[in-house]
Amino acid sequence: MSEEKKEKKAIFSAKNRKLLINPLHKDNPITTQVLGICSALAVTAKVKPAFVMTLSVMAVLAIGNVIISILRNGIPPRIRIIVQLVVIAALVILVDQVLKAFVFDVSKQLSVFVGLIITNCIIMGRFEAFAMANKPWESFLDGLGNAFGYGWILIVVAFFREFLGSGTIWDYPVMEKLGVYSFGYENNGFMILPPMALIIVGVIIWVQRSKDKTLIEEK
Amino acid sequence: MKVIRKILDDIKPNVQKGGKFEIFHSAFDAVETLFFVPDKVTIKGSHIRDGIDMKRTMIVVFIALIPALLFGMWNVGFQHFKSLGETVTLWPAFWYGFWKVLPIVIVTYVVGLGIEIIFAQKRGHDVNEGFFVSGILIPLVLPPDIPLWMVAVATAFAVIIGKEVFGGTGMNILNPALTARAFLFFAYPSFMSGDKVWISDKADAFSGATPLGDALVGNFDKLPNPMDMITGIIPGSIGETSIIAISIGALILLFTGVASWRILFSTIAGALIMGLLFNLWGYNDYMNLPAHYHLIMGGFAFGAVFMATDPVTASQTNKGKYIYGFLIGLLAVLIRVFNPAYPEGMMLAILLMNVFAPLIDYYVVASNINKRLKRVKA
Repeated sequence: MSEEKKEKKAIFSAKNRKLLINPLHKDNPITTQVLGICSALAVTAKVKPAFVMTLSVMAVLAIGNVIISILRNGIPPRIRIIVQLVVIAALVILVDQVLKAFVFDVSKQLSVFVGLIITNCIIMGRFEAFAMANKPWESFLDGLGNAFGYGWILIVVAFFREFLGSGTIWDYPVMEKLGVYSFGYENNGFMILPPMALIIVGVIIWVQRSKDKTLIEEK
Repeated sequence: MKVIRKILDDIKPNVQKGGKFEIFHSAFDAVETLFFVPDKVTIKGSHIRDGIDMKRTMIVVFIALIPALLFGMWNVGFQHFKSLGETVTLWPAFWYGFWKVLPIVIVTYVVGLGIEIIFAQKRGHDVNEGFFVSGILIPLVLPPDIPLWMVAVATAFAVIIGKEVFGGTGMNILNPALTARAFLFFAYPSFMSGDKVWISDKADAFSGATPLGDALVGNFDKLPNPMDMITGIIPGSIGETSIIAISIGALILLFTGVASWRILFSTIAGALIMGLLFNLWGYNDYMNLPAHYHLIMGGFAFGAVFMATDPVTASQTNKGKYIYGFLIGLLAVLIRVFNPAYPEGMMLAILLMNVFAPLIDYYVVASNINKRLKRVKA
């Protein structure tokens, strides 16, 4: 108990704040750790599914991190992957049911990709790299931070893909309201295709690295 | 020439390091090397520098493209008037096409060179001739009525994502002109495929399908006769139609040694062999199409001569060149016959093999090393 009290005192210590903020930029799961690329390609054709996906991953990652962290001393190392998978799968099913109950249309758009959160490398990666060796509160912050880091990339990519590819933002027909179609503007069909998501992620990495040279690996 | 030399020498001190207009260094350099052979000499080692530098190479390719360009201009006009049911003499057709094609060329150069100059200034290297040929290749692989802003977007994409990201001219993995075309093909398919786009301002009733389009939907009886396909009096991308004009370019390239005959030869061989295999199989009409038709249909000839032989993106080893070319020809025909979504397999085949070219080289070199090691042991 005494340990927990100490923790509470330093609830947002500098170290804890770093857990939350680092994944947004320097330690971003997508652009520097290169995890979770598959879903960044799959669900970013529009902003709305990307946003819901972010929330789902956030829920699974934060809660999962806490659960694994609580269990960490009781998990036999040889079967830890299985245990982690069980936790992820249970949480993903919960999220999936919630989505189906409250936002059915988005759930349909995301279709199989909600289920595929189970295979999202960020979650396994954070369980292995962080929750297995840290206390619940830190793990919670780490999960939240990484989910934010994952989410903002997803939403930026989705913003450009939806804006240039479908001419809408959050299903609002921006391009049509601007009246650019009458000038002969056309939506860019390439933006809807997954390769373009990869290229946009690449451009984000390019910008990030030219702003912050410390991210560039030494040759 | 002396006058130009004098003018340039007068300006030179101002734009060199420390001069007043240092910022224009790369622009000055571009103009200077346009007129004179660069006076750079190697300092270390015993490198022998050939008189043929990148600028000369690019000029040769440019000259080789001129027949296709001129014929393309004429054909754009000719097809337009033909679709309206009018007969037209040489010059009106040419001028019509000239005014259609020229804006595309200008937009390509302005956008492409503009971006190259910005990158050159930022990175502190010289503006080089890398875009010189791409700027003329891009218009030649587009349909005549493509909106100019699309040309600009595609050119920007090709130069930035296809080339500058990898470090600029000579470092690119994909052929920039084909990158631009592929971008347009996937981004604005209704402007890049179908039977409406290949003839400029055509009459609605007139079928504007290319031979590939006809073959795709099974209209084999509608295919133009081979003679028309060889002279190029058929609808298609601006520069791709005439086999004769392209062959003139091919001869120039082969004679000067700028293009590799190995690649050209093996590309054609690959396509013919795949075509013949399909003939043997003969499952449907497209497979029964005589193999040599594939060589004169669509962009095969243009791609084989001007795109596949691009020295930057092709394999570098001699053995690698055979493999690279052969697979391009083979895949181009394979994609044409098997994939109804992509009538023109040549573009995709070349881009795909561009990606694999370094791998081919790697294994060719590795096998050579192995062979030699065995010799040492024996």
